[in-house]
Amino acid sequence: MPSFLRDEKVRGILYQIITIVLFVGFLFYIAQNTAHNIEQRGIKTGFDFLNATAGFDITESPIPFTPKSTHWDVFKVGLLNTLIVSFWGIVLSSLIGLLIGVWRLSPNWLISRIAAGYIETFRNIPVLLQILFWYNVVLATLPATRHSINLFDTVFINNRGFFMPEFVFGPGSWLIGAALFFAVVAIYFVNRWAKKRQEDTGEQFPVFLTGVILLILLPLLAYFLAGRPITAVYPELHGFNFKGGKTYTPEFLALLFALSIYTATFIGEAIRSGIEAVPKGQKEAATSLGLSPLQQLRLVVLPQAVRIAIPSIINQYLNLIKNSSLAAAIGYPELVTIFAGTSLNQTGQALEILLITMLTYLLISLIVSLILNWFNAKMKIKER
Amino acid sequence: MMKKLLKLSAIATLATATLATAGTLDDVKKAGVLKCGVNTGLPGFSEADSKGQWRGLDVDYCRALAAVVLGDASKVKYVPLNAKERFTALQSGEIDVLSRNTTDTETRDTSLGINFTGVMYYDGQGFMVPKALGVKSAKELDGATVCIQAGTTTELNLADYFRANGMKFKAITFDTNDQVTKAFVSGRCDVLTTDASGLYATRTKLANPDKYVVLPEIISKEPLAPAVRHGDDQWFDIAKWTRNALLTAEEKGLTMANVDDAKAKSTDPETRRLLGVEGDMCKNVGLDKECFYRAIKQVGNYGEIFERNVGVNTPLKIERGLNALWTKGGLQYSPPFR
Ligand SMILES: N[C@@H](CCC(=O)N[C@@H](CS)C(=O)NCC(=O)O)C(=O)O
Repeated sequence: MPSFLRDEKVRGILYQIITIVLFVGFLFYIAQNTAHNIEQRGIKTGFDFLNATAGFDITESPIPFTPKSTHWDVFKVGLLNTLIVSFWGIVLSSLIGLLIGVWRLSPNWLISRIAAGYIETFRNIPVLLQILFWYNVVLATLPATRHSINLFDTVFINNRGFFMPEFVFGPGSWLIGAALFFAVVAIYFVNRWAKKRQEDTGEQFPVFLTGVILLILLPLLAYFLAGRPITAVYPELHGFNFKGGKTYTPEFLALLFALSIYTATFIGEAIRSGIEAVPKGQKEAATSLGLSPLQQLRLVVLPQAVRIAIPSIINQYLNLIKNSSLAAAIGYPELVTIFAGTSLNQTGQALEILLITMLTYLLISLIVSLILNWFNAKMKIKER
Repeated sequence: MMKKLLKLSAIATLATATLATAGTLDDVKKAGVLKCGVNTGLPGFSEADSKGQWRGLDVDYCRALAAVVLGDASKVKYVPLNAKERFTALQSGEIDVLSRNTTDTETRDTSLGINFTGVMYYDGQGFMVPKALGVKSAKELDGATVCIQAGTTTELNLADYFRANGMKFKAITFDTNDQVTKAFVSGRCDVLTTDASGLYATRTKLANPDKYVVLPEIISKEPLAPAVRHGDDQWFDIAKWTRNALLTAEEKGLTMANVDDAKAKSTDPETRRLLGVEGDMCKNVGLDKECFYRAIKQVGNYGEIFERNVGVNTPLKIERGLNALWTKGGLQYSPPFR
């Protein structure tokens, strides 16, 4: 053996180089073979299809879409729909999860049993079944269009969805936005001032109440000052269906419910173990300071519990995003349903489309983890 | 999940399959069974009965092909596929032939790496609505919500038709016909649209078929044809001439019952060639002379297949119409056996 090979370090590097070369070679071989096989079988390749007319319609689209739009538009619509349902799913599942997690540890036997029952039930049923269940429940219980549930002639509910008024922002609406912004800034300063005053004098100031009043009063004032620029378009029965206003389809709602309810069980458990991990002394100290049980929870226990729970909650958020792709079962047009489903089928370019789809999910996951990890690092209990 | 696995496996085979695989014919002979992609459940075309026995027009084509190639119409492995899975299954080699109410179109033929062998059923897209809706024509459907199945020509025709007529619609798209039907029955959509054959078949499955009507308009051409992989000409020829044999058998009046008799006694030269009494019919594609005779003997001619599965005496009650032989005013026509 040549002498340099006896050096362990050199050998280690050599092994790594060999492994990498073999791996790259393997990838190259696969790519080569795939390209060759695809060509042999006369299957179309390349990314030109993205500019081709899609030819089908997507009903639930946040951006304008017609059958004349391209497959690239299909991708955008799918991605947006994935993001929309994921966003609301994350908000809703966090709220339910927080509630359930706290209830689970409630000294009240009934409440803690309810929470435990909720978690055990919804965590152990496959989420796909839950999606189908909610969808069929929604469809079966809601009336047909002509017999819609009518709430004050503004909101209509039937088996085509929830139809709500949509707000139209006329000229001058910016004033309201500005007022809202101003209110937020004001609350920030009031909060700072109140904190300082409490530290200095021990006197408390009703920050929360002030905040709510500011948030409502200022925009309202602006609304009247600007001459009531916001109007609502009400849904109206027109031929087959309601037109105008905002529609939430049964597909969207069923998916949102199912994902939120399912994911909330995991978030609830994470919060519970977070709360349990907060040292008992913290609560005792809070009690001796004279804080009420609700104040203890809000000011002392939860802030610490949530910090402990954040890493596993991040995972649940990522799972929720990925699970949204199960929507194909009920026809909610998210990325996998319409792009990796319909577009793939109409063009037949499985390789390209799956590649784009997988990369997109990877990117979403990476971005979400990055944001939340940054948040986590910021929120971590600073040990001094 | 299944679907994703299927797609991934398709890609995996494309990636790893070493080329110059033996022809499909050799593979099928070696396996001793024909892998045939069929519909998951479309009465009259492809459906497993209570005993797990597959039946239907598309199924009978698989059986005829198995009789031609393997000598036994029962040597078929049925692979049920939904609309989105079917082409991937064929491309990846999971099936040897796709016989699943699939429309022959330019895009599919030229860009999916598949070849259509010949029309088994001339169809067109229609609409079904609840009678209570009071709609008499598809032209009155402006603004309607329509249930359709993903990955079909139906999706595209629908968009074309409404666009051409300056009408708007809302499409709700599902993966399987069952979901489409469920959503339609529950009132999620005003209209169900698919191939007319599919409408008749779906209607037989409804609890109250009389509450629904099929509108008169047919808005597209849907030549439903079996397909094989691109690039295996021998296998393509066999699949194509199996269909032609079924048609010619009807033209010549050969049935399951009388084919033995005809084989022994017929003096018609084309009949004699078709049944392998004269000439070398199957030889060129690597089969024995009696290959087509077996298909007719075991499965019957095209007319028998049609009447047995979808004809006027079945729950589907479909007339021959476009699917009558060319000699009887229809479009079904086979090139000559010579
Ligand atoms: N012929 C059309 C449509 C074929 C199709 O998939 N039809 C549906 C509706 S009848 C079907 O067979 N569904 C049965 C299933 O997937 O279970 C095509 O080739 O795209």
